[in-house]
Amino acid sequence: LFSSTPDFDNRRIEKILIANRGEIACRIMRTAKKLGIRTVAVYSDADKYSLHVKSADEAVRIGPPPARLSYLNSSAIIEAANKTGAQAIHPGYGFLSESADFAQLCEDEGFSFIGPPASAIRDMGDKSASKRIMGAAGVPLVPGYHGDDQHIDFMKSEADKIGYPILIKPTHGGGGKGMRIVQSPNDFVDSFLGAQREAAASFGINTILLEKYITKPSHIEVQIFGDKLGNVIHLNERDCSVQRRHQKIIEEAPAPNINNDFRSHLGQAAVSAAKAVNYHNAGTVEFIVDTLSGQFYFMEMNTRLQVEHPVTEMIVGQDLVEWQIRVANGEPLPLIQTEVPLSGHAFEARIYAENVLKGFLPATGILHHYCPVQVSSAVRVETGVEQGDTVSMHYDPMIAKLVVWGEDRIGALIKLKDCLSKFQVAGLPTNLDFLLKLANHGAFENGEVETHFIELHKDGLFINPNDTLSTEAAYDAAKHGAAIAAACLCEMEHAATKEHAPGNLSMWYAKPPFRVNHCARHTMELEWDDEYSGDGFKHLTVHMTCLPDGNYLIETGGSSSKSLEINVSHLGKHDFKVEYGGISKNVSVAVYSKDKMEHIHIWHASYHHHFKQRKRLELSDSDDSEYRPALESTSHPPGTVVAPMAGLVVKVLAKDGEKVGEGQPILVLEAMKMEHVVKASTAGYVHGLRVTAGQQVSDGTVLFTVKDK
Amino acid sequence: RRISSSASASSRLTRTRNFCLGVLPDTIDRGSESFASNCRVMEGLISQLHSHIHQVMKGGGPEAVKRNRSRNKLLPRERIDCLIDPGSSFLELSQLAGHELYEEPLPSGGIITGIGPVHGKLCMLVANDPTVKGGTYYPITVKKHLRAQEIAAKCRLPCMYLVDSGGAFLPKQAEVFPDKENFGRIFYNQALMSAEGIPQIALVLGSCTAGGAYIPAMADESVMVKGNGTIFLAGPPLVKAATGEEVSAEDLGGATVHCRVSGVSDYFAQDELHALAIGRNIIKNLHMAGGINDHLVSDYKEPLYNVEELRSIAPTDLKQSLDIRSIIARIVDGSEFDEFKKLYGTTLVTGFARILGQPVGILGNNGILFNESALKGAHFIELCTQRNIPLIFLQNITGFMVGSKSEANGIAKSGAKMVMAVSCAKVPKITVIVGGSFGAGNYAMCGRAYSPDFMFFWPNARISVMGGVQAAGVLAQIERGNRKKAGNQWSKEEEEIFRTRVVEAYEREGSAYYSTARLWDDGVIDPADTRKILGLCIAASMNRKPESTKYGVFRMYFIKFKQVRTPQRLISFAERSPDCYFDLQGGANIRGRKAVPVVLLFKNGEKCDSVIGTMPKEFYVAANERVLAS
Repeated sequence: LFSSTPDFDNRRIEKILIANRGEIACRIMRTAKKLGIRTVAVYSDADKYSLHVKSADEAVRIGPPPARLSYLNSSAIIEAANKTGAQAIHPGYGFLSESADFAQLCEDEGFSFIGPPASAIRDMGDKSASKRIMGAAGVPLVPGYHGDDQHIDFMKSEADKIGYPILIKPTHGGGGKGMRIVQSPNDFVDSFLGAQREAAASFGINTILLEKYITKPSHIEVQIFGDKLGNVIHLNERDCSVQRRHQKIIEEAPAPNINNDFRSHLGQAAVSAAKAVNYHNAGTVEFIVDTLSGQFYFMEMNTRLQVEHPVTEMIVGQDLVEWQIRVANGEPLPLIQTEVPLSGHAFEARIYAENVLKGFLPATGILHHYCPVQVSSAVRVETGVEQGDTVSMHYDPMIAKLVVWGEDRIGALIKLKDCLSKFQVAGLPTNLDFLLKLANHGAFENGEVETHFIELHKDGLFINPNDTLSTEAAYDAAKHGAAIAAACLCEMEHAATKEHAPGNLSMWYAKPPFRVNHCARHTMELEWDDEYSGDGFKHLTVHMTCLPDGNYLIETGGSSSKSLEINVSHLGKHDFKVEYGGISKNVSVAVYSKDKMEHIHIWHASYHHHFKQRKRLELSDSDDSEYRPALESTSHPPGTVVAPMAGLVVKVLAKDGEKVGEGQPILVLEAMKMEHVVKASTAGYVHGLRVTAGQQVSDGTVLFTVKDK
Repeated sequence: RRISSSASASSRLTRTRNFCLGVLPDTIDRGSESFASNCRVMEGLISQLHSHIHQVMKGGGPEAVKRNRSRNKLLPRERIDCLIDPGSSFLELSQLAGHELYEEPLPSGGIITGIGPVHGKLCMLVANDPTVKGGTYYPITVKKHLRAQEIAAKCRLPCMYLVDSGGAFLPKQAEVFPDKENFGRIFYNQALMSAEGIPQIALVLGSCTAGGAYIPAMADESVMVKGNGTIFLAGPPLVKAATGEEVSAEDLGGATVHCRVSGVSDYFAQDELHALAIGRNIIKNLHMAGGINDHLVSDYKEPLYNVEELRSIAPTDLKQSLDIRSIIARIVDGSEFDEFKKLYGTTLVTGFARILGQPVGILGNNGILFNESALKGAHFIELCTQRNIPLIFLQNITGFMVGSKSEANGIAKSGAKMVMAVSCAKVPKITVIVGGSFGAGNYAMCGRAYSPDFMFFWPNARISVMGGVQAAGVLAQIERGNRKKAGNQWSKEEEEIFRTRVVEAYEREGSAYYSTARLWDDGVIDPADTRKILGLCIAASMNRKPESTKYGVFRMYFIKFKQVRTPQRLISFAERSPDCYFDLQGGANIRGRKAVPVVLLFKNGEKCDSVIGTMPKEFYVAANERVLAS
């Protein structure tokens, strides 16, 4: 069978170094293990105890937390490979995966780079160059300017020629970083300069290209695979239209609402694109499809294994990482084009630590509770974190990828919705609730996906605080959730204290707690994380009475609300069975402390609620001094502006004491390579502005205050 | 570990044995007319109890509660809930103290006291209720505070005083200030308990004026809340009057002054919750030595019969007879009761059982006390004191048997033996008055004067020196005599009015509420809660080292015999109860009709006499038993 490649047998890979972190590192290790290949992890100081390090056979420290000193430090990685005797290096995605120099360095140092040839990366990495090559190969292109003359006036005239709206983006890099959409000629200069700055910060090169902006586009990409023998095939397409901040959040394969003809046209275009650069290994050719005209244009080629590769794996029933390793070994592709199956439908939802309401700003924090859904042959959870891990500001805030497969799109969607509602993450803000809303949206169900989906359907996806009906319904649901959570919490707390009770006093901890001639009663003052109200939190008072039969009688404030008699049994750590009104159901509750508050999460039916309450009275010597009384609440005086996220101050635009107008930009923060402009909350004078460019600030730091005088 | 495994093995053994022997049968006739009518009456009594409790739970009323909240203060019971371990029980004492005692209502006597665990350590919590008369001390407030301290001292429970009080209630200063068991006694107790190594902790959550200032000052450790907590001997108005100095309450005696300058307080709390948290921490750090708490409680079974049936069994008509075993069957684990001397002195039921896994000796009345029952009671108490088993008294007693036969048999002496045994017994004693508590029966069955560790009333229970009708008869007789001497006529109507007034007074003063209002007990309880409350009380009262009991002089009694020759005579004596232990010297052979030359008589393990010739009755009984047994 391998007679054509006998000389590769003695050069098979036996040990791989994975030059990456997080879920993709774990993913690669899984396949490597399956093939009996030993794995080497590399890690920065921030990741010393992370899952990818634990999962590997060996692990090597490569530097301090900032990526440029660790995961982008190619010499440290090469040294690690030398030290551990790895024969191959898998770059994963992001970091060095699309660095032609690194690919070259690997080959020069005698390591097999599991990915495309350096030349292909170089050709495709420069967006202007890639378009030239594609144009020459007959692949359709979006009208635009990809020239070297980067002078601002010239660029502006080019933009005017193409016509607005126009897209500005850096020639290097990807992931939407530094991209700007310009609606009118007046905004061009500001956006152009911003894009240049971000490009310089992220990629070190600030060349910019211009493109016609397609108003109703959908983003369809084709997975291609080539071997070193010159065979290139495509593995069907994916639709990655649903994006926020130009980053994908839900991907699916195959693309909905396209026919086989269109599919094979796209596939052929992708294959010819790959062949034009002598491609081998995994790659993705991205097309932008103008949904109005049905026209498709080449956008770019990603010369790596993509984040969303599992959806393709699910519909073709193949392990792409295994393919990558085989190709790197010099083996031919396992399938030819006509053998590539297309079975069922798959979705991937990316679960991010992010603040949906603050414009999807990346969030950081500790995963106090992390309980992904049960995996099966049709449900995959790709994750690189465990409960207790920190999502730091140094890297991508993705927590997990949820991948589901169904016989058809509807079947897969039902699974997606079910899994999303059962996916438990607590400790930091996530986009889970938002993903669930997306999946439940009628237009999404119909497959009417396009890149402006979120913008277009924002009324259905975001909360309208003026919609009193849904606001009230949500409040009622929250009250109900609070009632159940309170009962579960009580049960959990009692069980915990009982466990620590001295043996001779067990009767003092009997359930229900005894009171002479009356019932024990507690009141919980909860703050409900209310996305419906502008200020975020709504107060809820929950009264609990421990009835003699062990049930809880719960009253949740307000004269109109009726009381609920709940029976709770503790099933496991976080799981409870609750019974009320003749219904019995399973719920999960997670509790953790953060910022001097006790956070309570409850998952019941398809609801997830988050409450906070003042911590119960236990002091340790250390936090005695830090104790903050109720009077000094965490809310700041009006006019105070706090850092919306942890990040680096890149620019300070105003001076302390300066008079500013409402909404005037005061400083620019950068986190996860995204710029965020911090504006004056009201008109007035800036006070206490002490941060300087280059300073690192953490989430919630007071940046300045705007006062009347 | 070794101890626990052997303990569980032995408890398994005990359980098996109990199961075979001592399970009490269900003897309740639920279909009977009297049962139904008793149910109805008790239902009314229980709901009356609940409505009284409901009333006192409101504290000083909505206005005062609102004012309290506006100062960021919790109510005293809420403070206690925050202090005790989450989900744990709280045994509140004398909830109805002060009930209809003064012209103005004084809910719970203006102070909440009770026992609850803090970090797994039982504590006595004493919390002023600032919503009731500003937390000032009425006479009954003082009494309730002192009673809490008495229990704490006896059970060695750390005391936590949640101080928020304006000091003595000045209009009643004569009943509050000067006497021995008055306000000053609080600090005296603090001093003595502290000396005994029983921690005294004060949390100053509100004002703490005048004499009250000594509560934190006398405490081992004290906590003060910024803003609300103040300690001063004289408040700003008095200072101004006395010295002309104008000063704010906070500057005069606030937390800052006392934690930073005067040193009266040790911990500075930002707010009330912080203070309570510090209070919990203080208990956590006590590390009280002694190791009394290391005994394990074995698993236990619930009673076989519905505990709530006690509400229907509780005797509302004290003339009707009641088998106390039907109450015991609903209080003890698995309804297992190993009766001691079941056939002897049957009007007093004695026996061993467990309550929530803790061994107890139970004495319950099944009628009037006779000679035999009293002697049996004394014997049983001696057994329990030797084995350090707590005693439970279930009182439903109209008294000792009266009459010439009884007196001639020395009922007073027999009763005195039981009273002596009860008084001197150093094991925990808990008394529940389930029905009547009259006359000397109250003494023998560990009434308030005999310092039971805890004492509770059922709502149907009655207490007085004798029944109202009997008292009316006695008093009427005396009155008639007096009038006769004075040469006055006493008409039938007048006598009837006199008698009715006496009966009414006895009726009123004999009620559970009259008693509990005056702190003659530690609370009126729902019969259905008796088992739980007893369980908690035993655990609390076993929090001390076992003490050995020493008895006073028992009045023995000797009968002279001409000669005793036949075993048959001895056997007939054996049917009476023994007081003494004995030993025989000189190889007596009673069966062989030989005389017994020398007998050594032992009492309380010590040789007290040796006799030749004429023997005391007790000796022959004992000797006979011993001989027959061998």
